[in-house]
Amino acid sequence: MEILNDLLNYLPAAIVAVGGLVVMMMDGYKAKSRLIYQTTMFFLAGALVIATYDLLYQEVGTLFSDMAASGSTAAFGTFIVVFGTFFTVILTHDYLIGVKHNYPQVYPLLMFCTVGMIVLATANDLVTVFIGLETMSISLYALAGIIRDKQLGVESALKYFILGAFSTGFFLYGIALLYGATGSTNLSEIGAYTDGSMIYWGGVSMLLVAFFFKISAVPFHMWTPDVYTGSPTTITAYMSTASKTAAIVALVLILERALPYAADQITSTMAIIAIMTMVLGNTVAMVQDNVKRMLAYSSIAHVGYLLVGLAAGTDLGFTAVLYYLLAYSLMNIGAFGVVAYYEKNHDVHFNNIESYAGLGYKQPLMGILLSVFLLSLAGIPPLAGFIGKYLVFAAAVEAGLINLVIIGVLASAASAYFYLRVMVYLYFKESKEPVKLMKPLRVYSFSLVVLAVLTLYFGILPAGITELIASYFSGNGLAIVP
Amino acid sequence: MFEEFFPIFVLIGISVFLAFVLMLISWLLGPSRPNAPKLRPYESGMDPIGDAKERYSISFYMVAMEFIVFDLEIVFIYPWAVRYQELGFGTFWAVMVFLTILTLGLFYTLKKESKNFSISKAKQV
Amino acid sequence: METFFFVFISTLAIGTALAMVISKNTVNSALFMVLHMLSVAGFYTLLNAQFLAVIQILVYAGAIMVLFLFVIMLLNLDEDEKVVSKIDFKQLISFTLALVVLAQLLYITGNYAGVLPELTGEPIAAVGTVEAIGDELFTTFLLPFEVTAILLTAAVVGAMLLAQKTSNVIDE
Repeated sequence: MEILNDLLNYLPAAIVAVGGLVVMMMDGYKAKSRLIYQTTMFFLAGALVIATYDLLYQEVGTLFSDMAASGSTAAFGTFIVVFGTFFTVILTHDYLIGVKHNYPQVYPLLMFCTVGMIVLATANDLVTVFIGLETMSISLYALAGIIRDKQLGVESALKYFILGAFSTGFFLYGIALLYGATGSTNLSEIGAYTDGSMIYWGGVSMLLVAFFFKISAVPFHMWTPDVYTGSPTTITAYMSTASKTAAIVALVLILERALPYAADQITSTMAIIAIMTMVLGNTVAMVQDNVKRMLAYSSIAHVGYLLVGLAAGTDLGFTAVLYYLLAYSLMNIGAFGVVAYYEKNHDVHFNNIESYAGLGYKQPLMGILLSVFLLSLAGIPPLAGFIGKYLVFAAAVEAGLINLVIIGVLASAASAYFYLRVMVYLYFKESKEPVKLMKPLRVYSFSLVVLAVLTLYFGILPAGITELIASYFSGNGLAIVP
Repeated sequence: MFEEFFPIFVLIGISVFLAFVLMLISWLLGPSRPNAPKLRPYESGMDPIGDAKERYSISFYMVAMEFIVFDLEIVFIYPWAVRYQELGFGTFWAVMVFLTILTLGLFYTLKKESKNFSISKAKQV
Repeated sequence: METFFFVFISTLAIGTALAMVISKNTVNSALFMVLHMLSVAGFYTLLNAQFLAVIQILVYAGAIMVLFLFVIMLLNLDEDEKVVSKIDFKQLISFTLALVVLAQLLYITGNYAGVLPELTGEPIAAVGTVEAIGDELFTTFLLPFEVTAILLTAAVVGAMLLAQKTSNVIDE
């Protein structure tokens, strides 16, 4: 039966969805928090295994009567999302116990959120994109507000919700206008349209605005610092990696399949937005004294680099973007993970850079891990972040966007300042008051070590994964040809 | 288009007309002998104290919110009910999956509601 | 006839939207919004999208407005607008009647000036009906349909998470 075959190809999402429901009912029947956590991990591990299998072996095609794509970018997006969620849940469990906000509802919400992200990353129809985006966003609105007895937590949830709902309006308008212009919501059928009317351009621009909001590109980034600062740190890691990955993979799919006709205009738009995002993200991050806020601005800056790859709009550009997403997920979850570890030993607002003074010697492993992740974020050579930036800028040079690359490289060089500043505080400053750090749980430090090792591995030997990604774009002939 | 919806317009017209006419008739024909006790808000009982607009407990809001969720469920089932004959048995399972997920959600809500908000707590605001 | 209906509903929609914004009493605002939703449902009917019209009334004018009123009552904003709410009913009727007259005036002037659009219900007859949506929703759009269930469940769980008492934290 066709439907069973489709379901088999969509197994990661199905497993996570069923897992979410199971975990939800366990919470309803008052299971122990630890058991709920273990069940969540069980389902996520299953999904991760299948997602890895799909990543390597799934055939390219469409599922559920063209509603979703399988193979290539879709499988890659699914893999990063499930992978990110897997580590997020490990870190979140420990962190939320540490800050005494361990609500059992967090686990089903994380699972449902993951379903939304997978649907978003594999979408082949604007309706599916919308439903995936909404499932993801609704869950994230709630997750952002877990720490509701602190003002920052409430602020973050409210800001995220109101602005997010507003951007969803833009997205719906975009879909409606595109449907009006082309008569379809299917990506390929929209791609077949070659008659630029005002309605078409209106739809394209609204769609892009909504996506720019979700990935927090300047000038649609206003919510990001506040939301990222107020949310629980591990959830921030989740928001800044998995949700951005899903949104950008969906954007790649849309650009590649639905909007080849608009490629030229999109290139110039992306280039302008990328410049603004890189410059603003990096400069504002320099003056931040709050580490979490600094990481929020740095995540804006990284979206800028990703947009450079999208601006290139070539096979090379998309390959670079997908690789960058993987590298970025690894190092950002890691960095936020260590920040969360420092935080849970004190209180939720233990983020000031002053209070990091001398922490590097207290728990040497954690200090080294944070250094690795920060160096990778800064783009220092043997780490994955460097390769990501290199690929993105190389793709842009290939596409002839020299000015863009010059600005990008300068911004990236400037970014080293605020990443290294944290390390200076970690190792070269004396702490004013004695700080006690508990030994981290073994599973906590182990998962961070795994992330760090992978960051190093993909930095030294990127060839395997980049070849895999490059094969997505050369084979199917759907790529944008300028 | 107007012809298709003519019965509906007639229905709306009649209901508005009836509403006015019934009020008018009772106003015209009904005997009106007011006295002080009759004009009080509660004819037999205590004098009302305070404002009629009181603050609600948040738990009622939760009920309203869940009402929306299950109201939306009806939205999706409605076209299925209309087209069930034509769509055949294949979509039956599709809708059953949909309903199962939402029913689980309902059970979860009931379990949680009973734990979080009892009526006695709700009264205290 | 459709053109008149269109002008009439448009005037009603714009008028009630304005009234909603201007009205001082929040409850009145909410009720004007109901009227606005109903006139939007009229547009859908005009576009031959009966399903959407039904949904508009069922969900927006029904459920969503209940939520609005709940919020208003939760916040319990009152005082200083009591004068308005006393003559509310008469005002409402006069306002609606004035809108009807305005709509007719607009229609007549528009007709005279020849700027009214030509409206017919024929070309998109098959898209918005309940039957058309039912045929597509459970076959072509099966995946979004099922994910919607997850979306709604996530909304329920999220509401539970945010509204529960802080004391329910499980420490381990």
